[in-house]
Amino acid sequence: MPSAISVKDLRKSFGDFEAVRGVSIEVESGEVFGFLGPNGAGKTTTINMLCTLAKPSGGSATVAGYDVVGARDDVRRHIGLVFQDPTLDGYLTAEQNLRLHAELYGVEKALVAPRMQQVLEMVGLWERRDGQVLAFSGGMRRRLEIARGLMHSPRVLFLDEPTIGLDPQTRNSIWGYIRQLQESEEITIFMTTHYMDEAEFCGRIAIMDHGEIVALDTPEALKEEVGADRIRIETDDDSAAIEAIEARFGLEAGISEGAVTFAVPDGEEFVPRLFAELGVPIRSVSLSRPTLDDVFMSHTGTTIRDAEESDGGAKAKNKFAAQMMGGGGRR
Amino acid sequence: MSAPGTGTAVGPSADGAAPSAGSSTPVVTVRVPPRSFRSELRAIKVVWRRELIRFRNERIRIVTSLAQPLLFLFVLGSGLQQLSAASTHGVDLKTFIYPGVLCISVMFTAMFSAASIVWDREFGFLREMMVAPVRRSSIVIGKCFGGATVASLQGVILLALAWTVHVPYSLSLIVGVFLLQLLLAFSITAFGVMAAARIKQMQSFMGLMQLVVMPMFFISGALFPVTNLPGWLAFLNRIDPLTYAVSPMRSLVFAHLDLSKQAEATLNPGITWFGWTVPVALEIFTVFALGMVMLGIAIWEFNSGE
Repeated sequence: MPSAISVKDLRKSFGDFEAVRGVSIEVESGEVFGFLGPNGAGKTTTINMLCTLAKPSGGSATVAGYDVVGARDDVRRHIGLVFQDPTLDGYLTAEQNLRLHAELYGVEKALVAPRMQQVLEMVGLWERRDGQVLAFSGGMRRRLEIARGLMHSPRVLFLDEPTIGLDPQTRNSIWGYIRQLQESEEITIFMTTHYMDEAEFCGRIAIMDHGEIVALDTPEALKEEVGADRIRIETDDDSAAIEAIEARFGLEAGISEGAVTFAVPDGEEFVPRLFAELGVPIRSVSLSRPTLDDVFMSHTGTTIRDAEESDGGAKAKNKFAAQMMGGGGRR
Repeated sequence: MSAPGTGTAVGPSADGAAPSAGSSTPVVTVRVPPRSFRSELRAIKVVWRRELIRFRNERIRIVTSLAQPLLFLFVLGSGLQQLSAASTHGVDLKTFIYPGVLCISVMFTAMFSAASIVWDREFGFLREMMVAPVRRSSIVIGKCFGGATVASLQGVILLALAWTVHVPYSLSLIVGVFLLQLLLAFSITAFGVMAAARIKQMQSFMGLMQLVVMPMFFISGALFPVTNLPGWLAFLNRIDPLTYAVSPMRSLVFAHLDLSKQAEATLNPGITWFGWTVPVALEIFTVFALGMVMLGIAIWEFNSGE
């Protein structure tokens, strides 16, 4: 089966700032592919290039078999898009929004009504089709956007942070739709997220940091690669504890989210030794199996939340970049 | 493929509407045809129709954009009548102002239509149109046609008021005024869309209206005859595009009135370029040509933005 998305050494610069520095990915048809990273890592810029909304500064990419630069219109008619920012016409009803979309894409008239019923029922908005979008809640609007993105049976559906800012129930529903879609339609889903727990649902994930892909595999394989368990301790003297851990056990520890953190194989057996030999009073300890957060940490040296907090500069630049692109910089 | 890892089931959504269970509805697969000339025409139609739907939904806008023209026509027209009676050769000032008012009502509505591009950008909908598999020029053209149609419909309301200013109805008057309004509205919308390509905020767009549209209206001769003006004003008047819409409109309305030669000469002298009287057809063509140029610039601007 041909690749749904094929990206080779894709690059994008805004002035001196390199937002995307040589990304290469192959996504198979039917995959749910997650694109992970802190805000400002270049996820949205990459997705914009794949959706033909931004011109790459270098490299090449094909989506649904079409080149994103050379066959822009062909790419566009085979992809569905759901952006972070809303793009609905609030003054129209849900049905009018979908009809307008179908007509803009040239969906055959006889198929518009049944397709609309199908996608609206999927997102649970069929009963509300005559309601004006302005009166919809944030969750309803996001669901309607997803329904609209599916109106023209796209081969690839791009979801840019589809669950950001939503309540847990709506987030669950959205994941429900994604699984349902995967079963019922021939569709590839390419999504960005910075929620690590959601990335677990993806077939494969790519972790992006500072414009580069630092890891790419199934969530299981990535976690296995980290191997070691993760131990977090709170102590009376963190810097002394870090020194002691290195001196006594030869392990490298760091401070993350206010606690001393390090990785060690067979954590359960290590904890008793830690208490006996550390020499610094320990107030609490927690042990965890590797998560995607640890995967992220092992590849970037920081957790995704720490990366976002310290990356104010990159974020500001990203925002600037979004404004440069005109499009939908509503912030 | 990884199995769903959490124990949480997909519950009913927050808004109470439960997602449909599994595959109760059959999957309908649709196909998007390749881009063609027909798909562009369809896109123009879609954008045009959206303007009409929104206009229909915004009844308040219909009323508010009528206020200004009516103020000029009845308050200014009646109020200044006493002062001007001597020089209008018996013609009611309201009758004189009427063609100008026909133009400005169209102008305000058309500018508001163009302003909706700025709204659409702020609310994100512009993006939905920009990523569709159609040319951006189709979206811009659809927008201009939409603005022109909406503004002309608004103009019809003012056309209905002709009897209050002693202008008799006739088919040629109604058709002629409507067509002129359509042309003017198209050009003004093109101007507005051209500006909206650059202006990202509604406040700035409103500022532009104050700075450009109001002066254009005052200078155009909608409220005064354009002969014997001071040099600077005559110059500004000749370069004001609206002048070339007001003048044919006035000729058209006056042609349906029974005016003395004197009144005609004073009130509707026609536009002159260095002493040469510009024919009405050329005036109309000027409006059309300017509209097309601005449409071209608007398309170019939307195409060059990413």
